[in-house]
Amino acid sequence: MDLSEASLRELRDALRSRRVSAQELARFYLDRVAAHNPALNAFITITEAEALAAATAADGRLAAGEEGALLGIPMAHKDIFCTEGVRTTCASRMLEQFTAPYNATVVERLQTAGMVMLGKLNMDEFAMGSSNETSHFGAVRNPWDLQRVPGGSSGGSAAAVAAGLVPAATGTDTGGSIRQPAALCGVTGIKPTYGRVSRYGMIAFASSLDQGGPLAKTAEDCALLLEAMAGHDPRDATSHPEAAGVFASTLDAPLQGLRVGVPEEFFGAGLDPEVAAAVEAGIRVLAAQGAVIKPIHLPNNAHAVSTYYVLAPAEASSNLARFDGVRYTYRAAGVEDLTDLYQRSRYEGFGAEVRRRILIGTYVLSAGYYDAYYLKAQQVRSLIREDFRRAFAQVDVIVGPTTPTAAFALGDKAQDPVAMYLADIYTIAVNLAGIPAMSIPCGLTAGGLPIGMQLMGNYFTDGLLLNVAHRFQQETDWHRQRPALASAKE
Amino acid sequence: MAFDAEAVIRTAHLARISLPTAEVPAVAEQLERIMEMVEALRNVPTGGVGGMAHPLDLEQPLRPDIAQNPDRREALMQNAPAVRDGLFLVPKVIE
Repeated sequence: MDLSEASLRELRDALRSRRVSAQELARFYLDRVAAHNPALNAFITITEAEALAAATAADGRLAAGEEGALLGIPMAHKDIFCTEGVRTTCASRMLEQFTAPYNATVVERLQTAGMVMLGKLNMDEFAMGSSNETSHFGAVRNPWDLQRVPGGSSGGSAAAVAAGLVPAATGTDTGGSIRQPAALCGVTGIKPTYGRVSRYGMIAFASSLDQGGPLAKTAEDCALLLEAMAGHDPRDATSHPEAAGVFASTLDAPLQGLRVGVPEEFFGAGLDPEVAAAVEAGIRVLAAQGAVIKPIHLPNNAHAVSTYYVLAPAEASSNLARFDGVRYTYRAAGVEDLTDLYQRSRYEGFGAEVRRRILIGTYVLSAGYYDAYYLKAQQVRSLIREDFRRAFAQVDVIVGPTTPTAAFALGDKAQDPVAMYLADIYTIAVNLAGIPAMSIPCGLTAGGLPIGMQLMGNYFTDGLLLNVAHRFQQETDWHRQRPALASAKE
Repeated sequence: MAFDAEAVIRTAHLARISLPTAEVPAVAEQLERIMEMVEALRNVPTGGVGGMAHPLDLEQPLRPDIAQNPDRREALMQNAPAVRDGLFLVPKVIE
């Protein structure tokens, strides 16, 4: 068995049958990280000593007869999740030296499950970006083509899984930040229903949109990870009382009679023909399993990006007010007075994209503009949710492309924020509504770049999405395609 | 035009970000482009539509009114750039 290709279930079986120890697994993946991370820049921090200690502990639990599905399996966290005693940077100069004083609930839950953290993954600064180019620690490279972006903001997570540096990773998704990089790197990722996964200790960007979730090679792996991650958390006031779920046991349910909606608005101008063809072929795979395909309409999706760029920056400008040069590590040198300390620390500590979003958010919330922008965007948000409500009265899942194009070149959109924002045109409405959605590989372009298909479901149908994705992956092998990695020694 | 140089300077001040004068024109241009995109919302009919602040229609959860205040002062202040005697240090504010 090639360990770098193995699914979580295969790794668990190997651990249980003592064909490999958690120590050996951790060592194997740490060696892969050492070999390939210099080219990919997927990790911000590698926690080798902590990983080997956690692996030893996992081996002890395995020896004692414990049988957890994730026990002893290596993973890495997006560097937005607080890890006690380990640097947590959010890919920002502002938090470059920040050591979290406590663990995020997600970190705690996966630690309890016995997963072995190998380190912290690169991302767009404060999760604001769709290409991973806004990271203070440099862009992540797409393992399929090092001159292309991995997507963002969970670009390090998607690249690390695609390159086999970790079998699983966590990510967060505020406007597409799990699904878009999953699509661009050819991996599987799910943004759960808002409220499933605790936001405690997950550094806030836009609190009414942020949701954590897993990225892995398969839907089955994502199901196992989400079972461990999801659950009610009294420390997060927006955690749903019925957040927990069992997802792995329903993966095989047949798709006969499943009503699949295809939104015509997702196949219009701007969609790359190769992406359209791959997604249409993917829909035929579902139809061949007995799914009933129906055209549907999501007319207000056209307003999703505009709505998002009022609401997300507004929430961000409030959430990021705490970074004031007083409490969190970065402080400008040689300041004149307290106002100068705030202003210069925030100018120097935040990158250009984060500053841009704070300014937009501050502007739309400022006196005289609140009704015209913020209130209006909240109303359009209602219309976007209504679109989904109407659609889910007729269909069980909605299927379309995750992104308009495959991975674009580094630098392509870096100077044009609006072009970059439109990379999320198919993913943003899901966050505004709060419904679950995932991206699964469904093809490769002629140039050999992965294409993602997006599945969207009604509230709390995360299990159904994983079921549909799993059945799709039983019939296709797009999720088994791997990039050819150059050896670091070359 | 929503974002001229004056609006950028005013907004940057509200956000407590010191934008160097040389950067103002470029930032104004980018913010203006973003706001042009956002302006499209004005044409969406929303008469009688309520605003949506949050995805879930949940009531604010309450926990029992029992004090929970473990002393984690040192751990929570370890990341501050300047502290003394359990206090954050900042430039003098009173002459």
